[in-house]
Amino acid sequence: MTLALQTRDLARSFDIGRRLIGPPRARLHAVRPISIQVQQGETLGIVGESGCGKSTLARMLVGLVAPSAGSIEIEGRLLDRADPAAFGRLIQYVFQDPVSSLNPRKTIRQILAAPLRHLRGLRGRELDARIAELFAAVSLRSDFLSRYPHEFSGGQAQRIGIARALAASPRILVLDEPVSALDVSVQAQVLNLLADLKAKLGLTYLFISHDLAVVEAVSDRIAVLYFGALVESGPAHKVFATPRHPYTKLLALSAPVVGRPLGGAQSGELPDPLNPPPGCAFAGRCPHATEICRREMPALRAIEGDQHAACHHPLAP
Amino acid sequence: MRLFLQLLFRNRLAGFGAVVLGVIVVLAVLTPILPLHPPNETNTANRFLRPLSEGHWLGTDHLGRDLMSRLMWGTRLSLAVGFAAALFAGLAGAAIGVLAGYFGGRIDNVTMRGIDMLMAFPYILLALAIVAVLGPGLMNALIAVAVVNIPFFARNIRGVTAGIVHREFVDAARLSGMGNARILWSEVLPNVVPVIVIAMSTTIGWMILETAGLSFLGLGSQPPQADLGSMLGEARSALITAPHTSIVPGAMILLIVMSVNLLGDGVRDALDPRLRSGAPSRPEATTRVERATAPEATESGLLRLDRLETQFRIGKRVYRAVNGVSLNLSPGECVGLIGESGSGKSVTALSVMGLVASPPGVITGGAVRLDGQDLIGAPYEMLRALRGRRVAYIFQDPLSTLHPLYRIGDQLAEAITAHQPVGRAAARARAVRLLEDVRIPNPAARARAFPHELSGGMRQRVGIAMALANDPDIIIADEPTTALDVTVQAQVLALLDELRRSRGLAILFITHDFGVVSQLCDRVAVMYGGRVVEEGPTTDLLAAPAHPYTRRLIACVPELGGGRRRLAAIPGLPPAVDDLPPGCAFAPRCERAQDACRAGEIALAGKVRKVRCLFPETTP
Repeated sequence: MTLALQTRDLARSFDIGRRLIGPPRARLHAVRPISIQVQQGETLGIVGESGCGKSTLARMLVGLVAPSAGSIEIEGRLLDRADPAAFGRLIQYVFQDPVSSLNPRKTIRQILAAPLRHLRGLRGRELDARIAELFAAVSLRSDFLSRYPHEFSGGQAQRIGIARALAASPRILVLDEPVSALDVSVQAQVLNLLADLKAKLGLTYLFISHDLAVVEAVSDRIAVLYFGALVESGPAHKVFATPRHPYTKLLALSAPVVGRPLGGAQSGELPDPLNPPPGCAFAGRCPHATEICRREMPALRAIEGDQHAACHHPLAP
Repeated sequence: MRLFLQLLFRNRLAGFGAVVLGVIVVLAVLTPILPLHPPNETNTANRFLRPLSEGHWLGTDHLGRDLMSRLMWGTRLSLAVGFAAALFAGLAGAAIGVLAGYFGGRIDNVTMRGIDMLMAFPYILLALAIVAVLGPGLMNALIAVAVVNIPFFARNIRGVTAGIVHREFVDAARLSGMGNARILWSEVLPNVVPVIVIAMSTTIGWMILETAGLSFLGLGSQPPQADLGSMLGEARSALITAPHTSIVPGAMILLIVMSVNLLGDGVRDALDPRLRSGAPSRPEATTRVERATAPEATESGLLRLDRLETQFRIGKRVYRAVNGVSLNLSPGECVGLIGESGSGKSVTALSVMGLVASPPGVITGGAVRLDGQDLIGAPYEMLRALRGRRVAYIFQDPLSTLHPLYRIGDQLAEAITAHQPVGRAAARARAVRLLEDVRIPNPAARARAFPHELSGGMRQRVGIAMALANDPDIIIADEPTTALDVTVQAQVLALLDELRRSRGLAILFITHDFGVVSQLCDRVAVMYGGRVVEEGPTTDLLAAPAHPYTRRLIACVPELGGGRRRLAAIPGLPPAVDDLPPGCAFAPRCERAQDACRAGEIALAGKVRKVRCLFPETTP
């Protein structure tokens, strides 16, 4: 298998309270150095709660946000400058809110034509043929092309968003919460469509979501983010079934499952991002935390086989 | 465009302004070919002729020039200068605003501080200074007026642009390989143009006044050229002896500015998307009720909804959001109401206390009985006494339900004093106790916090505390955990469950999540297309759903621990409630549907397990 995507110590911090001259008042580490590898044709699920840095990570991967450190390699090619146009032919992005990601004053045809024109240089008949092909791929009727975004339901708009992301024939799709704005019955349609497209076009997916069950259903491997750092990664069937990091366990217990009593109701919240603790960010909420957890940040290490966790006291299966 | 004109003329005043301005503009355009005296022809023998004199309808001025002719030529000039200044200021200001808003950062900072400096001068002083530097003359007055107005446009447009730049479709355009110039031109600008047009249409009148002001001071048009301002200026010395020389140009200025402003307001209203769907109106304090007869009371219970019907009437369309929903809530019971968006679950909940916004909402039938007393059509005072006191609500987004400018302790105290005759100090003490009850750490200090200082989970706890403030019997929770993270959701659900057991609360819990329902609710009702399609004890219903919709909805939700798999999607879309099919609303998506399903009304059958289906999956 070949590597589709690899990041090395990819990190991003934001300056808070920037002044006209001089250093900023504070610095917020949205994403701490993260190294991930995604194989060709694989789906990597990325889960985490709000504020864990998953959206910033996604936006760095497609070049919308410049990383403050680290590198991104796609199919062995180093992409070091944040330029969405350079990234666009290799990696594309599907937005969470399908309706607000479509310009309300453009027709669907104009929206789909943009990446084809600017990234692939298609014109005239070639362009029309490709648009028709894309529209068929996401199973929408071609008479929708001359309509405006507000005429579509969420599920249809998300299909259009997927068609746009596929337009430039990228190798990788970053799906940032692609179904969380949709109703459950429509959600399943879109997830199945994504699975079909992946099989047909040989795509690689990075599937970001806060919904553990959805991530588990679509992913080969899962990475868990907490407070801007990777705390656990491993095969999808193992991560939530036998979590090694206490945070992953808390997540798995908190998810409402039919027939399981209320659980995981553990108090505590994220640490203050402007004043992060020196050790493990989860130590404040962790039942197993000891002295070393509050002092030293644990590094990500292999626990068993392909399952990695950043914890001083990993859980037994 | 037709819609725009329709909306514009729906506003009578704007239509009047458009007609008046139209007449004035047409006359001004036609001035050179109208049979008028030359405007600058002096005849001192005939000075100060009164209006309606022979050959001079509006009389003459101090040099015996025909006022009618000067008025028309002056109007022509003033209008041209006003429009030109507005256009110039609008374009220059919009360009600055769009660039500053789009690029942000340093560029924004520097240009906006420059604009601020321009704004720091009183506008007339600034205009005078510009004219003083450039020298008097109509062109220079135009430049002065335009420059003075640039900041208004720049600030306005910058704000709008900054809002658009952070929208996702701009990121999408960037990912489509577009450069900055192209994004500005084809993505940002089309969304800013309506704002520019609105700003221009509301400021043209102002510009005409300002140029007239400069001409009045002798800094604009130079004699003998006439514009409305200079006519006024020249007539000033004869204000008492020959008032018509001032009244004529003055009245014209009044007409122009008034019609421009009326039209401008109309244009703004017609272009504003918020006002497009109809005239903005404040919702009434309770939902409007148009009910023929109330259904007979059957059994008593804490809260009984009986064949409740709520509609939204927008234009000619009628959205039947709730179609005969019957529900029963006993003391201490938690009932889940589950459904997708548009199924009518939230409208059902809001109808209970008459909280559906009217217009467009109307309750058209059914009854809601609290302890046997019908609340539909109850007087506002009675509903107000019950809202929060006996039936309290918890909403989805605590950030938008808490007032951003008041401390949460004060907001809680207000909720208490609204129903109970307690003093300020006592109410505050209770507020702190309530925060403690919902497990907010350090409640005394947190009571002094503003909503934005709390995390989402903490805010929702405040929302729950507020619902508990008056010890209600019933809490209606409308997706209270949907906006929260899973770990926080688990905390909030555990809290709700504990409170309900310790206080004997009845909860109507609205959600779209079967997992949450199964963990919290005793009974559950499933809604589709404004109707309850299935109802029953939670465990039974989830284990063996009888309605095909329930079964397939459960099947298409992935469940943790299920592993990687293909989901069983339901093809098609939920029905539009303004166009419900006869019979079962799910029939078009249902594989078990037969002709009988599409024929007529299907009853909700059963005693404990109820199902609205002719061919149920299991016989309950």
